[in-house]
Amino acid sequence: MHTRFRPALMRTRILLALAAVFGLLLTGCTGDNGGSGSGSGSGSDGRITLRFQSLAWQKESVEANKELVEEWNAAHPDVQVEYVQGSWDSVHDQLLTSFEGGEAPDIIHDASDDLADFAYGGYLADLRELLPQRLREEIPDRSWETATFGDGIYGVPFLQEPRVLIANATWLKESGVRIPTPEKPWSWEEFRQITKELRGDGRYGVAWPLKEPVSATLNLSLSAGGRIFHRGEDGRVEVRFDTADEVVPRTVHDQVATDRSASGTTLGMGGSDTLPGFFAGKYAMVPLGFSYRQQIVQQAPKGFDWQVLPAPAGADGLTQGVSPQTLSIAEDSPHKKEAARFIDFLLRPENMVRLALGDWMLPTGKKALSDPALHTEKYDWATGTALAEHLRSAPAQSVRGYPEWKDKVATPAFQEYYSGAITLDELRERLVEDGNLVLARYQR
Amino acid sequence: MSMLRTSRPARAGQYVALLAYLVFLAFPFLWLVSTAFKPPRELASLHPTWIPKDPTLANFRQAFDEQPLLGAALNSLVAAIGAALIAVVIATPMAYVMARRRTLLARAATGWVVVSQAFPFVLVIIPLFLVLKELRLINSVPGLIMVYVVWALPFALWMLVGYVRAVPAELEEAAAVDGAGRVRTLVSVVAPLLAPGLVATALFAFISAWNEFFFALVLLKTPEKQTLPVVLTHFIGAEGVADLGPLAAAAFLATLPSLVVFAIIQKRITSGMLAGAVKS
Repeated sequence: MHTRFRPALMRTRILLALAAVFGLLLTGCTGDNGGSGSGSGSGSDGRITLRFQSLAWQKESVEANKELVEEWNAAHPDVQVEYVQGSWDSVHDQLLTSFEGGEAPDIIHDASDDLADFAYGGYLADLRELLPQRLREEIPDRSWETATFGDGIYGVPFLQEPRVLIANATWLKESGVRIPTPEKPWSWEEFRQITKELRGDGRYGVAWPLKEPVSATLNLSLSAGGRIFHRGEDGRVEVRFDTADEVVPRTVHDQVATDRSASGTTLGMGGSDTLPGFFAGKYAMVPLGFSYRQQIVQQAPKGFDWQVLPAPAGADGLTQGVSPQTLSIAEDSPHKKEAARFIDFLLRPENMVRLALGDWMLPTGKKALSDPALHTEKYDWATGTALAEHLRSAPAQSVRGYPEWKDKVATPAFQEYYSGAITLDELRERLVEDGNLVLARYQR
Repeated sequence: MSMLRTSRPARAGQYVALLAYLVFLAFPFLWLVSTAFKPPRELASLHPTWIPKDPTLANFRQAFDEQPLLGAALNSLVAAIGAALIAVVIATPMAYVMARRRTLLARAATGWVVVSQAFPFVLVIIPLFLVLKELRLINSVPGLIMVYVVWALPFALWMLVGYVRAVPAELEEAAAVDGAGRVRTLVSVVAPLLAPGLVATALFAFISAWNEFFFALVLLKTPEKQTLPVVLTHFIGAEGVADLGPLAAAAFLATLPSLVVFAIIQKRITSGMLAGAVKS
């Protein structure tokens, strides 16, 4: 009898031990329940803790952010900043829930094209009275416009990137085509002709990664004077598709469907997906964001010679639409002034440069942009920096109803047009007629 | 018996179909493993290979250097084990009653279980967030466990009702005839036959909690509380650009606990099922 009970006793002891360990783990996982009603808190010693949700994700960028937070914390024992890493992938849903629940971070890293709903919804603080004059003057008006909604400013635009052509330098050199510079870029027509010259057997002059065709098309169309969205005096927005709006879509369409100088298979791809073909010598050029250089440096085969070229210019020169990364303050934060002071520290010119280098992007600040580190030939920083003055607010980001117009109307319409399934007239009809029906619902 | 015998070609066809299905299931996982050991240049190759040409552990090192994977795994483990245990403890007596008592209430409960599966996450997340905030359970793993239990309970219940129904009521009657009381019958007769079902249900609750992303993303605020699926998204940047090597390495490690748990328990599930079949 005694021996029969021993295994059972043993089992009970093991189960009890496991339960105890689990209980301890659970205790360890409890703790701050964050019931303060906002991201921040004040300790009994009067110390303020601000929560800063950053979306930095690349190693150098995360390191730069963490170092700056540490420097701030060391210099400001009364206002400590807690660094929280968020994710670009899910930031909108996460912020929306946090705002609704009154638990949003105090300082919010996001992009200007994601701010409209939060700004109009009253979740973000108007920064006009909070930011110091130094920062207001450091960032040019064209950048402030990207984060201005109605009369208020709801984010500090601090990093941005132009769309550039990443080119196979050896291929271009051997072909003998003129190499464009920011001072003397290709026109859209010249670009089309050159890609025709570069095409070969199973090789293409360009590979357009247009998984998200709408923002790429609209932003590049600014160079040709395209606007698509026209705001009337009464504030109502109307979709039009004029001659200037046709330039970029027609070039892409003709390269793919008429000239066969652009690969049709990359139209549904993201930027990273085109890189294997680019490295393998299938495409002479790939239009990508300036920050893709980091991936190219990391992944390009040894000896692969690449260079950054400006995107083609149109009637309005090299103008491009961008949606810069922004820093905002939650309206519910009880420590808005302190949060603004932290943003001011984080975006001092020398710090903005560190953040820009970490993210392989361009700073918006004028002094930061003049930093020698951003004018080097290495990795073609100088080419990108020369484009900064041409960057403007993306045409669609303050248009209410734009996300629905983009998803339901414009994305399928552009995809079908680029692949040759519909004509330019059909594209116009869908963008304008169907599009205005969508926008009308948001402007009643 | 001869009618049940399958012809050789048919048997071969079955095996081919099974093999194709296994390949279909295994492909993403094998690709993940392959990616986890590839250096960046191989990841951008136009002609990718199954076996890395120049295998490296650098992706694993980078993943551990950049993100608190161990802490996140511990949080995930506590949340998943907690959710699985509590869900089974709550669901078992409910399932027994629903299976054995064919009352209007039991039928209504079964209907409600089915309907509750139709609610999407986004519909409940904001009210849930507010309720948990009132209970001061935001940013705590116990709060997350509570959500996972509630989320897993309907399906766990549904599964267990089926298992309870499969246990012949005659066995309980026989035990009663032999003088066993209700509790003794449940503990000594029903529970052993239900063991595989309990294990399968716990496994379901464990895996769904282990993989869950959205609730964890919204409910956990501080880095030290975050679970593995949330931390994995930190390897993904804007416009879907990802640090593929470290992401694959971390994702590969994240799948291991589920595989290990399943490998250990699988034998028990099948043996338990067979035992039940013989007794009935």
